[in-house]
Amino acid sequence: MRSRFNNPVLQKEFKLRFRSIKSFLGIFFYLLILGTLALVFIHVSSEAQHHLYFRPEVSRGMFSFLSIIQLLMLLFITPGLTAGVISGERERQTLNILLTTTVSSFSIITGKMVSAISYLLLLLVASLPLYSFVFLFGGVAPGEVVLVFLIYVTTIFSIGSVGVLVSTLIRKTIASVITSYAITLFLTIGTIIIFFISMGTGLFHPSSNHALPYIVASFNPIIALYSILESDFLFYAGTNSWFNFPIWIPFLCIYLFILIVNTAVSTWKLRRGK
Amino acid sequence: MIEINQLTKKYGNFTALDSLTLSIEKGTVFGFVGQNGAGKTTTFSILATLLAPTSGDAIINGYSVVRDAKKVRQCIGYMPDFFGVYDQLKAREYLDFYGASYGIPVREREKLIPQLLELVRLSDKIDTYVDSLSRGMKQRLCLARSLIHDPEVLILDEPASGLDPRARIEMKEIIKELKSFGKTILISSHILPELAEMCDEICIIDHGKLVARDTVYQIHHHFKKERTIVVKVKDGMEQAIRYFEDDPNVKNMKRMEEKNSFSFTYHGETDEQIELIRKAMVANLPILSFQEIETNVEDVFLEIMREVEENEEPLQ
Ligand SMILES: Nc1ncnc2c1ncn2[C@@H]1O[C@H](COP(=O)(O)OP(=O)(O)OP(=O)(O)O)[C@@H](O)[C@H]1O
Ligand SMILES: [Mg+2]
Repeated sequence: MRSRFNNPVLQKEFKLRFRSIKSFLGIFFYLLILGTLALVFIHVSSEAQHHLYFRPEVSRGMFSFLSIIQLLMLLFITPGLTAGVISGERERQTLNILLTTTVSSFSIITGKMVSAISYLLLLLVASLPLYSFVFLFGGVAPGEVVLVFLIYVTTIFSIGSVGVLVSTLIRKTIASVITSYAITLFLTIGTIIIFFISMGTGLFHPSSNHALPYIVASFNPIIALYSILESDFLFYAGTNSWFNFPIWIPFLCIYLFILIVNTAVSTWKLRRGK
Repeated sequence: MIEINQLTKKYGNFTALDSLTLSIEKGTVFGFVGQNGAGKTTTFSILATLLAPTSGDAIINGYSVVRDAKKVRQCIGYMPDFFGVYDQLKAREYLDFYGASYGIPVREREKLIPQLLELVRLSDKIDTYVDSLSRGMKQRLCLARSLIHDPEVLILDEPASGLDPRARIEMKEIIKELKSFGKTILISSHILPELAEMCDEICIIDHGKLVARDTVYQIHHHFKKERTIVVKVKDGMEQAIRYFEDDPNVKNMKRMEEKNSFSFTYHGETDEQIELIRKAMVANLPILSFQEIETNVEDVFLEIMREVEENEEPLQ
């Protein structure tokens, strides 16, 4: 039996990814954008307050701001990074050969996915120093920071698995990338629209199913993050006490489920092309 | 070693492979010839477990490509007609990656890689990035890759396509060497003469059907029944032509006035041919020479294809 942790595809992907200058440029620009926005935020908020010194409220505002920006950036990068992993090999005509080796479909799928996700994790780790102000000025509980990063990790795994699945099912990388972005857009903006619509109908018909807006919101990483940042954004969707817990909990469950299903379907579909 | 049984592949309504049945002995170099779209790549993809047949099965080394795909993968080395390489990997790393994909331990890989590169005459390229290798070198590297797990069967889809004559010869030599290791090798090509030089047996497929299958020797021999003969006369060409045309075994008479010669195809047995010449001598025809033209495999191939189209029935 081959060790499950000794994944040849993953090793090769790492080798290729970190050999490419693009990866380092990517980290550089990621931090540049995040850092610039942080500076802009400090500048704007200190001007609004007419003094320069940094209070816990400002620190907290900065934390919320950075966290949401970082989530949006991850949501933007993840589909692009994963939607070509299988279709790209197909297009470069390297997939066929790989599929005739005895390496398992699961190893190929997870190797590709973990490699892309490791890069995203690296971005996250690289962004940590930007959060150091939180520990200097307070205003944020360490538990919240952990939760925020948990949302990030779950989101990149899940959205990443969407990209890998789409890449397995659709042959052309361009089509695969567009589809992955469309799905991501639906999960982030589409669900917010459905959420407000269903909230509206729920308000006008108090007897109707109150769970719908809650369930819809549970698919949205931005709402999940927001429910951590603003704990008074308690979202109990009506009076039903069954839903009486923060939205990031069902979010984590749903996204974990999506990850498992996508990985399973990708693995199953990889060697069953036309 | 390989039993192909009623193998059929349909793409929608189109039948790319139609009940192909073949058996190939261990240690044979077996050639698949056919025009573009004949179904060679389809057959090879099914054998390489990349494509599921619509019906039928193939058994390689006792394992079904449909049911025991993973075991089949362990005993085949596949080289596709078109393939890509990973940029930014050196030849050594390229082979190492596939070695790892077959679960070969690191130490063994380290020993194997120089040996394989030597076999395909690429020893000096071990630390060269694969995307900077020439087409022929990539092709040979891919062949080395297909050998890394020491498979018993090699499936090579047009291994010599796109190569210049020198590179073709090199490829042929390597294949001969592999044959000497006792490997069973399947090669496809649409050029029959090229295959005939490398193969022990050849089959011809057309529109997904097996048209002919024989040893290279037999294919030559089969079409020896039809010989092209050129006769040169001093003068009186018309008289000579009339004489030969009277023989029922003579067909396709062609005149070459400027050379004072004519040619025809002869379908009779060798004894009949001797008799024909003898009578021509007796009839006092002014014959200067009587020459049999060697039919090459290319003509044999075209001939088989023509017969198939005429008869719509496979000969064998
Ligand atoms: N994915 C596909 N979908 C539909 N038809 C296909 C597909 N792949 C192959 N075909 C058809 O099946 C037939 C056999 O194709 P195949 O590639 O096996 O031929 P071939 O003998 O390898 O030809 P060539 O010498 O051009 O490589 C062709 O007519 C081709 O158009
Ligand atoms: Mg082909």
